[in-house]
Amino acid sequence: MTLNIRSISEEAAPTPAQDLEKLLAAAALFVRRHAIASIYHAGSGHPGGAMSAADLLACLFGAELNFWPNASDDPDRDRFVLSKGHAAPALYAIGAHYGFCDSRAALGLRKLGSTFQGHPHVLDLPWVQASTGSLGQGFSVALGMAMGLKLKRSSARVYTLVGDGELQAGEVWEAAMCATHHQLDNLCVIVDFNKLQSDNRNDAIMRLEPLTAKWRAFDWAIAEIDGHDIAQILSTFRRAGATHHRPSVIIAHTTKGKGVPFMENNPSWHGSVKLTREQAEEALLALGANRNEITEFLDADGC
Amino acid sequence: MAADAPQRIGPCAGTLDEAFGRTLAELGGDLSHLVVLDADNAGDTGARYFRKSHPERFLQFGIAQQNMMAAAGGLAAVGLLPVVTTFAVFCLRAVEQARLSLAYARRNAKIVASHAGLDAGPDGGSIQSFEDLAGFRAIPGMTVISPADPIETALATRAILEFDGPTYMRTGSNSAKHLFQDDHRFEIGKGRILRDGGDVTLVACGVQVARALEAAELLAADGVSARVVNMATIKPVDSTLLVRCAVETGAFVTAEEHNVHGGLGSAVAEALAQLSPCPVEFVGIRDVFGTSGEPEELAEKFGLTAPHIARAAKRAVERKRNIAGRRKNFR
Repeated sequence: MTLNIRSISEEAAPTPAQDLEKLLAAAALFVRRHAIASIYHAGSGHPGGAMSAADLLACLFGAELNFWPNASDDPDRDRFVLSKGHAAPALYAIGAHYGFCDSRAALGLRKLGSTFQGHPHVLDLPWVQASTGSLGQGFSVALGMAMGLKLKRSSARVYTLVGDGELQAGEVWEAAMCATHHQLDNLCVIVDFNKLQSDNRNDAIMRLEPLTAKWRAFDWAIAEIDGHDIAQILSTFRRAGATHHRPSVIIAHTTKGKGVPFMENNPSWHGSVKLTREQAEEALLALGANRNEITEFLDADGC
Repeated sequence: MAADAPQRIGPCAGTLDEAFGRTLAELGGDLSHLVVLDADNAGDTGARYFRKSHPERFLQFGIAQQNMMAAAGGLAAVGLLPVVTTFAVFCLRAVEQARLSLAYARRNAKIVASHAGLDAGPDGGSIQSFEDLAGFRAIPGMTVISPADPIETALATRAILEFDGPTYMRTGSNSAKHLFQDDHRFEIGKGRILRDGGDVTLVACGVQVARALEAAELLAADGVSARVVNMATIKPVDSTLLVRCAVETGAFVTAEEHNVHGGLGSAVAEALAQLSPCPVEFVGIRDVFGTSGEPEELAEKFGLTAPHIARAAKRAVERKRNIAGRRKNFR
């Protein structure tokens, strides 16, 4: 069920931008479908944040990261840390799509004996780079990586995806202050700004705004984008890669549950929830899956 | 005329901090991947020696210990050897970062904490740390060490840098008694008998080792033969040695500058309860917070001095005899 993207992207002729965008959109769609299926099989999981992050992850893994399954221990590889570790189903799905892990095995999400834990664990899956799930820490780990790579004079870059609710953690702002002090221009933070968190809207739980002003006060290079617009995401990554002496933050406005109408903007689909067979089918239909694909995902052997 | 600069109350000569810091600076030459992390404490910890010798690999995090602790995981992930330095009480602030980003991910990172136990003295209860051994000991895969004198601290510093895995080590900023000579040996996970005796075993770590040796002298004057064990590794505790001491002496006192809950005493009692039960008396902080005072004054106030250890030893011997007596009557 994995699309053979790599063989296409490795063709000698340069890929026209529109074709790349199409491939990344297909990758994002796969992420959404796979995450719905794995959360359905698991009987629990956080679908909302996985849907909102799908396009960002597709662009990172499909176009931005210098990180390949056949060289996943290259010391000069780019690093990606999923600081919002509860979006693990989306990370596993994009990993499966680009050949870092087995797509069917990743449907074992959250099951006893599976390496695809509810939150990523680097000893189970080395390609996830860091163990995350306690919000705030993944950012600090990414910062340590960026600092270390600079010391080692590596040209590798470090990316981390943080949740918006995660920005309520004090450690995030410790890391934000540290990154500018040490001029870590090899560090890029992406905020999945879907406006919702576990129990309610951000502004009902703990107001984040004015969010751009906060990052500006910490002296970061800032971009504010539509986190579902693939062309915009790609061009922003290019600009972030060109900053000097300053880390960059991409505030990506996203829709929680994006692509699944009954989940969109509904905070009750943030937390660890159970998807019924009917809900999983309805979600996959909304994501354009046909009957055969739905059966393949939801009746996979051993799940 | 400008006023003289204030005198800095930094570590004095012959401290565990100094031994750690000088060793780190010395090893920094060969270990090109060694990096030292600081949270604006280097003026008062051994990290100042490394800051001077290898400024490019001295990483300042400011007063932000949670970020520092987790960032050590990232530094280790890209192949560097991070040593996190701050006060013990501020390590407690970042126990969860040490758990997830260091131990759970099995990163080869080292945490070295000064101002542990009563070491912070006049700074008072806010800064004294009686809970750090318990917090770090409960983390799977975390090795916990508390050396007893400057020579042992230098050896332990080498040992943790050679060891592959996360470690937590206590040092100290007050002058420490010199207990060992240059031929002293240190091995992670091994306790050592410093003085032999047959009536009771005094198991101590850190600055309490010197007090335990003193207690053994006091006990000898009263006709009690006390064995003294330096248990510099609290986790994994040397249970083989403890069983041997249980068989050969049958009674124990543990001595530590730490809460009696969760530190060395608990580690010793857990091992003995499972392998060779016998009476144990606990000399430590009795589940209270500290207060301002010089460390020696505080040791007196909280019952940690040599006479306190000696009295505890007599209680342990008495309990051993009572148990033996009961067994005899029962027959």
